[in-house]
Amino acid sequence: MKVLVKGAGVAGLTAAFELATRGAAVTVAEARPSLGGNASWFAGGMLAPWCERESAEQPVVDLGRDAADWWDTVTPGQVTRAGTLVVAAPRDAGELDRFASRTSGHRRVDEDEIALLEPDLAGRFRRGLLFPGEAHLDPREAMAALHDRLVAMGVEFHFGADARHISGFDRQIDCTGMAAEDDGLRGVRGEMLILRTPDVSLSRPVRLLHPRFPIYMAPRTNHRFMIGATMIESQSAGPVTARSMMELLGAAYALHPTFGEAEIVETGVGVRPAFPDNLPRVETSRDTVAINGLYRHGFLLAPAMARQAADLIFNQDRSKETCS
Amino acid sequence: MFDLLGTTLPSRLLLGTAQYPSPAILADAVHASGTAVVTVSLRREMAGGKAGEKFWSLIRSLGVRILPNTAGCHSVKEAVTTAQMAREVFGTSWIKLEVIGNHDTLQPDVFGLVEASRILCEDGFSVFPYTTDDLVVAERLLEAGCKVLMPWCAPIGSALGPVNMTALRSMRAFFPDVPLIVDAGLGRPSHAATVIELGFDAVLLNTAVARAADPVGMARAFGKAVEAGREAFCSGMLEPRDVAVPSTPTFGGAVFS
Repeated sequence: MKVLVKGAGVAGLTAAFELATRGAAVTVAEARPSLGGNASWFAGGMLAPWCERESAEQPVVDLGRDAADWWDTVTPGQVTRAGTLVVAAPRDAGELDRFASRTSGHRRVDEDEIALLEPDLAGRFRRGLLFPGEAHLDPREAMAALHDRLVAMGVEFHFGADARHISGFDRQIDCTGMAAEDDGLRGVRGEMLILRTPDVSLSRPVRLLHPRFPIYMAPRTNHRFMIGATMIESQSAGPVTARSMMELLGAAYALHPTFGEAEIVETGVGVRPAFPDNLPRVETSRDTVAINGLYRHGFLLAPAMARQAADLIFNQDRSKETCS
Repeated sequence: MFDLLGTTLPSRLLLGTAQYPSPAILADAVHASGTAVVTVSLRREMAGGKAGEKFWSLIRSLGVRILPNTAGCHSVKEAVTTAQMAREVFGTSWIKLEVIGNHDTLQPDVFGLVEASRILCEDGFSVFPYTTDDLVVAERLLEAGCKVLMPWCAPIGSALGPVNMTALRSMRAFFPDVPLIVDAGLGRPSHAATVIELGFDAVLLNTAVARAADPVGMARAFGKAVEAGREAFCSGMLEPRDVAVPSTPTFGGAVFS
């Protein structure tokens, strides 16, 4: 079976893998000239279903709990399993209790344990929550690794391609996110920064709770830290606003004042595709299966959605065979 | 039924639309609460012209009246511009006017609020000013042309409930004929019932519902509390007394006094 995957974001790449592993001849067509520039490129890369449950519904946990295993198996070496640390400024201590009551899979940590987990945060926070089952990856490196693996498996990539002019496939999977024509879809703007400082190091993503501006900081290689992300009901992909930048930087500074001396090496904006319930969907129409609405859970939920889409395509194919 | 500036509304609960887990849950919460008015913020969503259109159309499809707000505006100029944009986007002259004086506490800047109210009232807006419980400020807002007042009962998002009952009572007594809507600071349905029992005309809240573990259930609870509070207010409540008053006469008992 020949399958065309439209879109080389995290949804497209994971779908290509699931199909290729099951024996399909897969071609990926991406409108952009290279990997990146899409919402996945600006993602945090946290595989944190239990933390996300604070503001997401149960399916995010059910569909996301195996994501770290998937990425670890498919892209060995990309996943760091060090959990997530959640802290709050002393005056927002109530937020920590609220977060704890909305989530599971965590345990309380005190000042001493925070110091053991993240020595650079020693003495800065008296209480926190550790989600030991969670993991993280660098989205850009993981996408590149997955791309290389797919190429090695024989998957063909066409970058800068107009998928409308590519034909000769039995099936198509539409993974174009915001570019898909779906009236139910809306964009939720997310702004992020990448800071670089050799003066602080973190071993795991840290979430700083705040009643209005909750942020996370995910450590990356070469002393870089990704800080994200705003959530704005807007489709605009325009540059990061001064206000958002101040919120993100303010939170970074609150986490550790040394971030005040960090270099801002990048600012980025992604528009997350979301359905009204903020949950992803796999939908079929004629010869096309669409994966969309991954919202802020691309790396977390794409493997499960890719599996669903592949199941759908291979089951359809089997039922066709039995009918004919 | 409740008359607000000539519009008859079936509920005395007004609901904010921010911070819900998803627009689908927001829609369910709005319907469960029975509210007839929702507020929506324009400040951030305006980024890039009509970039917020998808979310706004979700709000419009709720089938309730929209009260746009100027949340996040820190100056008179910003608030006035946002109000004018809101009138265009939502086709309503109602505006919940917020002029924030302190970024951290979100306390209203009452001086800027009075000035912005004057400008917007002259421009034909029906201004719903988010203010404190200060009576002099309230008078100035009425002078500026406001026909309704929205005092806080505690800081925004604090969930403290009414922290100064005396101030709320005197406000109600001072302005018996002005619609008064308690905006900000309510945490629980009992808080909403309390201020409605005091005679406030309505309540507006957001965080208490949006960030509840089950926003839909909490929205329904607030709807019921507001209804109960109003019915209690209209039915004449007993004033508390210091001694017990048995509800059944003690016939047949020995009289010792």
